[in-house]
Amino acid sequence: MNDINTVDAAIVDRLVSIFRSVFDDDSLVIQPSTSASDIPDWDSQSHIILILAVEQEFGVRFRTSELDLLRNVGDFVKLIGAKLEKRE
Amino acid sequence: LHHLRWLPSHPDIEGALSSMKAMVDPAERLLSAASLANVRRDMIVTGRIDRAVERSLTVPGFRDRLGDLGFVTRRVALLASHSVEHLVPSIRVSALGRGLVLEVSVSPYGQYRQILLEEPSLLDTISPQIVIFALDEEDLHLDLPLIAAADEAHALVIDRIDGLRDLWRLARQRYGATVIQQTLMPSSPSLFGSLDFLVPAAPATMVAAANTAIRQACREDGVLLLDLPSQVSSAARLDFNDPVRWHHAKQIVSPLAAPLYGDLVARVIAANAGLSKKCLVLDLDNTIWGGVIGDDGPEGIALGAGDPTGEAFVAFQRYAVQLMRRGVMLAICSKNDPAIAEAGFSHADMIIKKSDVSAFVANWEDKATNLRRIAQELNIGIDSLVFVDDNPAERDIVRRELPMVAVPEMPDDVAYFPAVLAQAGFFEATAFTVEDANRSKSYSQERERKIGIKSTTDMEGFLRGLNMTMQAGRVSPRELARVTQLINKTNQFNLTTRRYTEAEIGALLNDPDTLVLHFRLSDRFGDHGLIAAIIARSESIGGTQCLQIDNWLMSCRVLGRGVEAASFDVLTKLAADRAIHTLVGEYRRTARNDIVCNHYAKLGFKPMTPPLKGPTESGFWQYEIVDGQCKSRFIKIEIA
Repeated sequence: MNDINTVDAAIVDRLVSIFRSVFDDDSLVIQPSTSASDIPDWDSQSHIILILAVEQEFGVRFRTSELDLLRNVGDFVKLIGAKLEKRE
Repeated sequence: LHHLRWLPSHPDIEGALSSMKAMVDPAERLLSAASLANVRRDMIVTGRIDRAVERSLTVPGFRDRLGDLGFVTRRVALLASHSVEHLVPSIRVSALGRGLVLEVSVSPYGQYRQILLEEPSLLDTISPQIVIFALDEEDLHLDLPLIAAADEAHALVIDRIDGLRDLWRLARQRYGATVIQQTLMPSSPSLFGSLDFLVPAAPATMVAAANTAIRQACREDGVLLLDLPSQVSSAARLDFNDPVRWHHAKQIVSPLAAPLYGDLVARVIAANAGLSKKCLVLDLDNTIWGGVIGDDGPEGIALGAGDPTGEAFVAFQRYAVQLMRRGVMLAICSKNDPAIAEAGFSHADMIIKKSDVSAFVANWEDKATNLRRIAQELNIGIDSLVFVDDNPAERDIVRRELPMVAVPEMPDDVAYFPAVLAQAGFFEATAFTVEDANRSKSYSQERERKIGIKSTTDMEGFLRGLNMTMQAGRVSPRELARVTQLINKTNQFNLTTRRYTEAEIGALLNDPDTLVLHFRLSDRFGDHGLIAAIIARSESIGGTQCLQIDNWLMSCRVLGRGVEAASFDVLTKLAADRAIHTLVGEYRRTARNDIVCNHYAKLGFKPMTPPLKGPTESGFWQYEIVDGQCKSRFIKIEIA
């Protein structure tokens, strides 16, 4: 889970700035294991905003059935990676 | 992506957000947030602005300073059938950009009815001044067997809307609140294709019928309308009914569209508080005609049929004139030689006539100075202006010099000017009255009168020659909308600047101890309409029965005519009718009402110590009525 390849690392880099904007915290640090329990403001409302911001940033759409699978940063990375790969 | 396309982009939004966040002084942070509220922003930036504002508002005692900082406050309850928490920051931020600080409470999911019906209610502690009902198609249960006939469909819709009206009544009775009702965003997919609307019980038909019934009920009951289907452009519609958001979180409005939704809500609340714009200021060259008149000459400008660009400018002018006919004043502000600028108005295809324009400024001075001049000439605040200029540099300078002026970001192509101006919602109104329809006429008549004064050295002779008649009386439901509008829009000739909602004034009309008076003025040039209002209450002060003037306000159009003295005569007459012989006046200073600081002294009132119940920041004045005395000399008075 913690060994990240370069593609995933690039995704995490882009996710960092989304997370910092959404949670209004310039010093926020995230890891694949970071979940709602690590970020107090990560509630159901901000979760939707995260999803929409990620969709815009990466040009992808999550399916309704995928929304509840996104429980931590690693889940985002995996699903974004899979969608980007499929597109190529 | 961004729905607020009339707002200018900030060159460094990240930097601006950081420096706002770092501000220590809550007032400075709030003002910085208010200016960022008027830049183009998405849901995330909006949320960050809102956080900074909420941080200021939790500073102990800070809320008490909002009035001094020039903000109007309102308590709002958003009662919705769907999930709306995510919309609250956007509502607050858009309101802030219009000078309003809102406290917004939302009903728990699915409980908008219960919260109003239960006693005691969670709303009691909030005591909302504004209650918004936001429902969805599913909640209203509009389903019938598809084969149902038209009268059955109609009966069901009326039954549902009657249920809504009961809730409106409850919100008004319990809290004296102003009610805003949202129409339904159609969400059902088409069932029959183009046949849909020919089948009375088809979902699309039922929603359309419900919306028609909602609009009619709003008109009848004096409820304000938030008409989403008519105000959300087709481009933004996807974000007002994303089925993924509905299934995932019971959201009707996607967070992506929250800034637009928040703006639509805020503009209705702002209009209700008298904070809408009043005057559209237009540049000339390449804004209302194509080309530069100084270079191309009046015949060389692009305007009129036969040329696509010329037609687009005509369409924009036509929209400006339509705005003028609904009561928005038009002004011209152009860097031009005045004679050359005027020559443009002799062009055969001009839709805007010289007589439509309430203030005309063409010179080589900077536009900020000229906009100040226009506001002064029209007796309105600079913050009542909207300035439209095709030139980005001019827009930028005006935004920097006069941040209170609304300067929409105009698209490169004039063909889109009307749509952008309409979408920006600067001139949102809560009523349309005869006075609105006649406003521009009355301003151009006022110009004639001013010319009249210049040529008459004898002021008394001039006033006598006007043959003025004042009609005064207690306000009835017929005048309610206009009086409320005047109370909330008048900033200068306004003794206390106490604002009241239509519901609050309506409640006062039946109170035997309160006089709500209206005054109309006409003269030989025409009818000015309803131009002044007074609210006064009989109170016992120090054992004497007094008529205490809670508010006195007047449209600045009729300044210098002796209307004050005539209104005073009406007031003393009505007081004497009730065997009251003492008037008590109050002056509460604001940033805008210096013009009336000596109002009561001029009428012969004497300063007095504030009555116990009076606010301490006000000055109080007293007048002993002498029977049969009349102060008015040039105005014939008719009391209804």
